Amino acid sequence: MAEYTFRIFRYDPDKDETGRIQEYRFEPEPGWTVLDALNYIKWNLDGSLTYRRACRHGICGSCGMTINGKNGLACETQLKDLGTTVVTIEPLRGFPVIKDLVVDMEPFYDKLYAIKPYLITKTPPPTDKERLQSPEDRKKLDGKYECILCGCCTSSCPTYWADKNFLGPNALLKAARFLFDSRDEGFEDRVNAVDDKHGVWRCHTIFNCVEACPKELNPTQAIVDLRKLMLRGRL
Amino acid sequence: MSEYKGMFKVGECAKYYGTDDAKVIHEEPKGVDIHNVHLHDAVVVGAGLAGMFAALEIKKAGYDVACLTKVFPTRSHSGAAQGGIAAALANLEEDHIEWHFFDTVKGSDYLGDQDAIELMVKEAPRIIYEYEHMGVPFSRTPDGKIMQRYFGGHVKDFGRGKPVLRACMAADRTGHVLLHTLWEQCVKHQVRFYSEFFVLSLIVKDGKCIGVTAWDLINGGIHIFQAKAVVLATGGYGRCFSITTNSHANTADGLSLALRAGLPLEDMEFVQFHPTGLAGSGILLSEGARGEGGYLINDLGERFMKRYAPDKMELAPRDVVSRAEWSEIEAGRGIGGNQYVYLDLRHLGAEKIKERLPQVRELAMKFAGVDPIEEPVPIQPTAHYSMGGIPTDIRCRVLQDGKEKWLEGLWAAGECACVSVHGANRLGTNSLLDASVHGKRAGKDVVAYLSTNPVFEVLPEDAAEPAVKEIEWVLNSNGPERPSELRKILQENMYTLCGVFRDEQKLEKMYEIIKDLQKRYKNIHIEDKGTKFNTHLMEAIELGHLLEAAEVIVASALNRTESRGAHYRTDYPKRDDENWLKHTLAWRTEEGVKFDYKPVVITRFKPEERKY
Repeated sequence: MAEYTFRIFRYDPDKDETGRIQEYRFEPEPGWTVLDALNYIKWNLDGSLTYRRACRHGICGSCGMTINGKNGLACETQLKDLGTTVVTIEPLRGFPVIKDLVVDMEPFYDKLYAIKPYLITKTPPPTDKERLQSPEDRKKLDGKYECILCGCCTSSCPTYWADKNFLGPNALLKAARFLFDSRDEGFEDRVNAVDDKHGVWRCHTIFNCVEACPKELNPTQAIVDLRKLMLRGRL
Repeated sequence: MSEYKGMFKVGECAKYYGTDDAKVIHEEPKGVDIHNVHLHDAVVVGAGLAGMFAALEIKKAGYDVACLTKVFPTRSHSGAAQGGIAAALANLEEDHIEWHFFDTVKGSDYLGDQDAIELMVKEAPRIIYEYEHMGVPFSRTPDGKIMQRYFGGHVKDFGRGKPVLRACMAADRTGHVLLHTLWEQCVKHQVRFYSEFFVLSLIVKDGKCIGVTAWDLINGGIHIFQAKAVVLATGGYGRCFSITTNSHANTADGLSLALRAGLPLEDMEFVQFHPTGLAGSGILLSEGARGEGGYLINDLGERFMKRYAPDKMELAPRDVVSRAEWSEIEAGRGIGGNQYVYLDLRHLGAEKIKERLPQVRELAMKFAGVDPIEEPVPIQPTAHYSMGGIPTDIRCRVLQDGKEKWLEGLWAAGECACVSVHGANRLGTNSLLDASVHGKRAGKDVVAYLSTNPVFEVLPEDAAEPAVKEIEWVLNSNGPERPSELRKILQENMYTLCGVFRDEQKLEKMYEIIKDLQKRYKNIHIEDKGTKFNTHLMEAIELGHLLEAAEVIVASALNRTESRGAHYRTDYPKRDDENWLKHTLAWRTEEGVKFDYKPVVITRFKPEERKY
């Protein structure tokens, strides 16, 4: 492959007043992903480069970052698909930076906690048997349960940038995953958070979240479905 | 929420990046005390299925539990499991707990302890129902029950019948949904997580485990967690090998903690290699690829399985196929002479590949840049699972002599533990089951122990000393060696010298290499000297863990002069029940690795030849 230039956001909380861009140039091997390139830098050129990574195959959600302006998982992004040999890598937008590409995900998780991200039931389950759920009802969870909590969607949302109290696409997608589960009885428990000016009604249907999701989920659709549910709930 | 945030709020020391309020708010950290002491009834190390199940069980019983994890809980590697979790629910066809019992014993090549296996398979249906009640989005049968699929080694009628539908599934994301659902329950029950806390040592006093020390990765600083009960659930050591399905985080941490506390490890020679890892990375391609009719091809274009398993061909068991691939590679028939062969799916056609194997196609395209519709996929055997680990009894209590004597206050569960339910070889879908059942059992036993009202012991003055020394040593290290270089040498050699095929010569060479690396490790340097989110520091410490685990794996493999399950010695190609139907116990000492043995628990099924 040709020589690539990696322009990487650096910020060391012990030394730096603000962030800066550092350049690294080298020739990657064919088939490399952005994570492979970051690992190459860390293991060969600059051990101080800091980023999160774990599974390296798109299921753990650790390595969400902004790659040439677009959010995605470093481990899933092939260098050859970027269409350029100049690659700018920045931390996820909208979250406080801890160091280099590592952001504080706490505000993101807090939004999840707000919608009570667990199945809520009032009817006791059968003893030593599963609750029944038809394949049709189960299908309503497709496109919702696959979320890996990487933060790419909420970080891409201009509405979230402007309103840090907005639940954001991720928490609302998670709310939909439970509210549309035939086993769940938690509508009353979640309605105050979801049916709120910082909830479903804050979304301006900008669709950035749909573009950003590495799992090809559709949080905007989930938000629209939730709005209908909230209106029905008011009637 | 109960997430620990350190002495100051993390968000205040940095800036909001790329947004309108992007002003810099920079504050010096204040008062990051090196000896913060936390008291909890119980501390769980690791937040995969085993760790979170244990934490949940303890919390639900009303005790104060802290779950320490070096990654956020949902990043744990349990989430990478795809196929399913085994339980004889018989939702679609006849199945029995007894059949599952037999299959697991046979799969273990008769090295699994049958009392532990029987308990696990009996517990299996209840644990699946519990998961369903928690909200796991299982796939469903037409009548609304949990969907089940076939998996290798799970058959009807005590090994005599056809494959059986036993693997409970949520599409091909079973581990992901179990992990996320358990985390959701932990949120509901307000389990206290300390995320991005890296545990450095066990605190053992007068034969009792009374806590752990940990490094706060985000803020820096050593913390002491004092507890009446400590549960280790730290997962495997796949990162000892260059080609592995495992996460970057699977670095033998718990095993190393145990070794440093003077505990033995059991059956460490048994490492499962999966036959279809993407070449170069080892990322797992599901067994489904061969199940749907994929061919394995060598450099000559031959379907080489005809030489090794003429009947079953590509559908032979994992260990057989891995060995066949490696034989081809060693004979110079890897593609272009390299360490990989081809998985060829092209003859299945675009439609079938898209419909039946979408995940396989996606992985090949994203991670190897190869579309299986157009091109064959380069694959090689990949280190997948650790059958051995920290010896425990069936209550998950850690045994300090490996046999009977409990190290009071310490439990272990999941891949880091060895109960032993997998013996010499694990069946697919039994790992999620093991982690769940034993995580829960460990939690229950901790609750029973706590109900006897044990007291907090007085902390020794030097409780944090090993941790402080280790951190200071790495932070101040100025030697010539790069940790990444040493790790690469370890991983590449472990894969070729302690991999699918082993013999005395290779293993002795590997042992020498490890001894040399351990010497060189003393002269490392790291480039990041800061205390905040220092991943270079963490990688250096993890390398120390890998080197210790690898030493025990290689010594145990050298010691076991037979072939059984995943451990194949070309110089001793037969199973030897007369001398080796026993568990290895290995201690790491100044004079090298010392061994002892314990008998296999055989209750029901007598050893016979393992044929498929």
